[in-house]
Amino acid sequence: MNPDLLRERAAASFNPELLTQILDGSPENTRRRREIENLILKDPDFQHEDLNFLTRSQRYEVAVRKSANMVKKMREFGIADPDEIMWFKKLHLVNFVEPVGLNYSMFIPTLLNQGTTAQQEKWLHSSKGLQIIGTYAQTEMGHGTHLRGLETTATYDPETQEFILNSPTVTSIKWWPGGRITVGDIGPKFGYDEMDNGYLKMDNYRIPRENMLMKYAQVKPDGTYVKPVSNKLTYGTMVFVRSFLVGEAARSLSKACTIAIRYSAVRHQSEIKPGEPEPQILDFQTQQYKLFPLLATAYAFQFVGAYMKETYLRINEGIGQGDLSELPELHALTAGLKAFTSWTSNAAIEACRMACGGHGYSHCSGLPNIYVTFTATCTFEGENTVMMLQTARFLMKSYDQVHSGKLVCGMVSYLNDLPSQRIQPQQVAVWPSVVDINSPDSLTEAYKLRAARLVEIAAKNLQTEVFHRKSKEVAWNLTSVDLVRASEAHCHYVVVKLFAEKLLTIQDKSVQAVLRNLCLLYSLYGISQNAGDFLQGSIMTESQITQVHQRVKELLTAIRPDAVALVDAFDFQDVTLGSVLGRYDGNVYENLFEWAKKSPLNKTEVHDSYYKHLKPLQSKL
Amino acid sequence: MTGFGWQLEVRPHPQCRHRTTQDTGRSSSYPQVLSTTQGSEQPGQQCLSSDPTQIQARMGSPVHRVSMGDTWSRQVHPDIESERYKQTFDVERLTNILDGGAQDTALRRKVESIIHSDPEFSLKDNYFLTQSECYEAAVEKKFHLQMLAQRQGWAEDSREAYYAYRTLSGSLGFSLQHIFLKALRSLGSEEQIAKWVPVCNKFQIIGTYAQTELGHGTYLQGLETEATYDAATQEFVVHSPTMTAIKWWPGDLGRSATHALVQAQLICSGARQGIHAFIVPIRSLQDHTPLPGITVGDIGPKMGLDHVDNGFLQLDHVRVPRENMLSRFAQVLPDGTYIKLGTAQSNYLSMVVTRVELLPGITAELQKACVIAIRYSIIRHQSRLRPSEPEAKILDYQTQQQTLLPQLATAYAFHFLARSLLEFLHDSHDAILDRDFSLLPELHALSAGLKAMVSDFCTYGAELCRRACGGHGYSKLSGLPSLVTKVTASCTFEGENTVLYLQMARFLVKSYQRTQVSLGPTLQRSLPQSVAYLTAPDLARCPAQRAADFLHPELYTMAWAHVAARLTKDSVHHIQTLMRSGADEHEAWNRTTVIHLQAAKAHCYYVTVKSFTEALEKLESEPAVRQVLRRLCDLYALHGILTNTGDFLHDGFLSGAQVDMARTAYLDLLLLVRKDAILLTDAFDFTDQCLNSALGCYDGNVYERLFDWAQKSPSNTQENPAYEKYIRPLLQSCRSKL
Repeated sequence: MNPDLLRERAAASFNPELLTQILDGSPENTRRRREIENLILKDPDFQHEDLNFLTRSQRYEVAVRKSANMVKKMREFGIADPDEIMWFKKLHLVNFVEPVGLNYSMFIPTLLNQGTTAQQEKWLHSSKGLQIIGTYAQTEMGHGTHLRGLETTATYDPETQEFILNSPTVTSIKWWPGGRITVGDIGPKFGYDEMDNGYLKMDNYRIPRENMLMKYAQVKPDGTYVKPVSNKLTYGTMVFVRSFLVGEAARSLSKACTIAIRYSAVRHQSEIKPGEPEPQILDFQTQQYKLFPLLATAYAFQFVGAYMKETYLRINEGIGQGDLSELPELHALTAGLKAFTSWTSNAAIEACRMACGGHGYSHCSGLPNIYVTFTATCTFEGENTVMMLQTARFLMKSYDQVHSGKLVCGMVSYLNDLPSQRIQPQQVAVWPSVVDINSPDSLTEAYKLRAARLVEIAAKNLQTEVFHRKSKEVAWNLTSVDLVRASEAHCHYVVVKLFAEKLLTIQDKSVQAVLRNLCLLYSLYGISQNAGDFLQGSIMTESQITQVHQRVKELLTAIRPDAVALVDAFDFQDVTLGSVLGRYDGNVYENLFEWAKKSPLNKTEVHDSYYKHLKPLQSKL
Repeated sequence: MTGFGWQLEVRPHPQCRHRTTQDTGRSSSYPQVLSTTQGSEQPGQQCLSSDPTQIQARMGSPVHRVSMGDTWSRQVHPDIESERYKQTFDVERLTNILDGGAQDTALRRKVESIIHSDPEFSLKDNYFLTQSECYEAAVEKKFHLQMLAQRQGWAEDSREAYYAYRTLSGSLGFSLQHIFLKALRSLGSEEQIAKWVPVCNKFQIIGTYAQTELGHGTYLQGLETEATYDAATQEFVVHSPTMTAIKWWPGDLGRSATHALVQAQLICSGARQGIHAFIVPIRSLQDHTPLPGITVGDIGPKMGLDHVDNGFLQLDHVRVPRENMLSRFAQVLPDGTYIKLGTAQSNYLSMVVTRVELLPGITAELQKACVIAIRYSIIRHQSRLRPSEPEAKILDYQTQQQTLLPQLATAYAFHFLARSLLEFLHDSHDAILDRDFSLLPELHALSAGLKAMVSDFCTYGAELCRRACGGHGYSKLSGLPSLVTKVTASCTFEGENTVLYLQMARFLVKSYQRTQVSLGPTLQRSLPQSVAYLTAPDLARCPAQRAADFLHPELYTMAWAHVAARLTKDSVHHIQTLMRSGADEHEAWNRTTVIHLQAAKAHCYYVTVKSFTEALEKLESEPAVRQVLRRLCDLYALHGILTNTGDFLHDGFLSGAQVDMARTAYLDLLLLVRKDAILLTDAFDFTDQCLNSALGCYDGNVYERLFDWAQKSPSNTQENPAYEKYIRPLLQSCRSKL
């Protein structure tokens, strides 16, 4: 064990085990998760290839082998609970993307959501056992998030009771779905090497009528179309996936923080005082300023992810019983939070990578792979700007509702308190500005005021544009920058609020103290980065902002002794991190050298290109 | 240190020099290039003609522009054609201005057409190659390029060589040879230069520059490699005393280089003399095997730059002759006497040169990303703006404009910034070589801070462009992933950006402290030009009264100067406060670094805005081009203000109402720049082959090209072993009746 890390762990002010249990949901969950992880680690069939040394084709092959093996193993170990499946997969796949993952993440959930009981009976068993491998083909070359723009047609032929599928144009070719069988691969990508994202072109391809999922919308044998009760229902799969992605944002960022913080505790560089030994780079204020707000964000998103999952499951029960009342808010919230957390995590993972200096650029750090895998989240399952605008639409709707005298509930209930009839967008100074910068509740209030103000400004600007122009759509477009800002502010408020509320549930004093510091750092850092919003809205004064900047720096110092323990609490196995820099034992440099020696370019002492190109060059010049 | 060897010469090329001498005495070479290289058109004459053939003729031949050699290239997509139909300014003139003159444009295009006519130089399959294949392809291209250069008579460091490098997006081997030579010229004696340059140019040896170690990067004094002088044999013994002393990262080191310029701690006559550079042979010139005492290899796969064999080097008491220590600024005499000939900073000169010369290449990556994303945003239609209309071009969405157009403005701003810094380097380089170090502190600060800013912003911007292309931006065939992974490397190499910003901050703090101790009439002259504003009279409140007031360069330049000065003063005061409460100077510095960073960033912003407005001032004879560039300058400055409103509101310099005015001005600008967006990207004049993107081609035929290219992927043309081994057994494990 590296002596620096030993010392860091000994000096922590709290027991990371307790925090791990909070993150897992309960001590029992932690116990069971580790039990499952140990099943894999102790299984002699478990092979760990370093994906960095494989070609794309090899990575795909290994990943398919792992996926196939995984089905067998999970059956063998009797793992069926959704959480347990996830724990198992995370470790079993290491950092390989699951090439048949779409079968589980999209095909089966959609079947469950939109298929009739008969359809589920027919397809579910075989797809769960991978006797058929399903994919989900929504995106086309020319259209993604905008569902209504899709061009693929399914024309019903009552004579044969079949649908005739066609790709009428180049742009209608299905593009991106994972898991091809006979169609084409779309070529190399930024990441997801193991995934064979494909294209699918159909030319008068016939399928039986029963293949249309008919739980809600139906086509009768004679061709009569029966409308679904609510068209929102078809969004069910998307809502599920998006709330899952919020959790993914938290996990990916947590990994990146673990690597960057452990490495920063091991790496020594430069000097703070002349003559003294080189300090750990984690002792530089700039390094703390780079990493600790991201660590706080990782914790914030962990709690948001857990909340989203609970909410989804709770509301989903309601939907099963025909209660759709909470669906609009859920839809709005998952869209915005998916965008907010993925944008933030995306930038944060890159910041963690760069905080590791040059070594972060090497695949040995594991960080490039985390980044290229995660960044896809910003564009898939709904492009983020479009997602933000969906949330904005809900916010505008809620605003109008309040404006017309009706109360709104849920996360947007702060709009009920808007003194909107009385004030102009610029004249919001009437709001009280007594913010206690050491109180999470008071900071939540400040974020609430910021969200309310930006929602109101967007709403008023939208009204002005509508007034000047005839088309609502044009007005919407000309306000969309404001609308996105409003959505971001709303999501930011939700995250701060959920973090502050989480603190109340923590029993252990020392854990509560350290989480409270993280919560304050998350909230105050956000204020310092968006100081303009808080100043312009007269939510805070200039001297308060100065105090915020100062308090942020104090919190960096306060968190510093617990930084390593805080990332240890995420409890990632070294194989899952896939990083030489982030190793639990901190033995970075020896292992970096060993890792590099395995590079394919080092297979021979003299590379072929010397004989082919270099020697001839020297002789010809 | 990796393989970004952008070969841009410090000195203006011969034609440029020639033009300078024709001029009327203004010191910089740039504006004269403009005023003496008019083409057939008169200054100020506008080309508003909409005849496509005329436009085509002015914009370079169709062969030059549309050259991916596929069937769709013959027809330009109507969506993008209509964007080019109405020209409010002459794109060709703007291209000339960017190139430095019409002759330079012509020369560049000539080089491009020579390169593109040779299939050996095609980059099209690059996205399908493994790391090893990438490396080999880059070496092969370098080989062909050397042969070509010999046939064409293109000298090393010529304009042509630079254009060839740009055309191939730097996908060439041995680019560290250039850094090796630069360092040699900066740090070597005349005899050493005369000895080593010719053998490099003939590729008798291949050089690399080995500074970074496993344990140390930007912090030069921390390097552990030792060079101990042995007076008995008149040799240096170069040695890696620890694991962390292993040289790590140098480009071309892994598989190619025969010689390394090793930065090591000099020990002679028992005394440590600090970091010096030594030429160390590492591979046999007979069979390329590592020499005795040398352990060398590739450091393994990276995020990008697959074509560069970044390497490691462990030295076990390797002996090199005394003459191999570069001795322009320090010498070791045969008896071991150490003689210093320069200041401590002189060793930094080669790094300064390298950093400044990086800027055009880094900027080019953002420019390319903008070209790809903006062209694609014209072809891509999605959703509707009005219910009755067809789906809208995504560039007509305000959010897309807000994402992309400030990046385009940044790409232009950095072009002019890089040029003005190159001029400054050129003006001071010879003096420094003659051991006049008076300009070095300012040059060093600017090269550090601006390298940090340009690489930061270009990385951020390129990644925004990639994501602005939605899912297709994730495909390597968009060209954007490899572009992003390439440009992001520049944030950590040649000095980690935070460290570099802090170097600039140290200069700001020192400059301001000077004004505090020596108040007097000669004061302002005594401050270097780039920080003169620290003592200039300053308004406490911004005078803007309406949105249009924010469209004045004097106003926003002043606003940036105000914020940079305030943050610098905050830094100094914060340090003083801490020291008064008992902290020592070093601790106080560390506890103020977060403010230092903000100050340095604001100063960089100020320098960029200022260099852009100065470039505009030189375009008097080009009102139409100037107008369109002026909008970009406004957009750049306002975008910066609006993303940092807290800094401007903080001391009441801007009021809330003024921030709203600035936002109004900014949103209106987006619409104006939107109209010229395609022309502004065309003006960069990147060839389709250089962009190497299915989304960004000149003709706009995105989807056909993407589909065609994807089908050629090895994943489609080669067998799928996973099917036979794993998928088939699975599918058949329980034969379904489906």
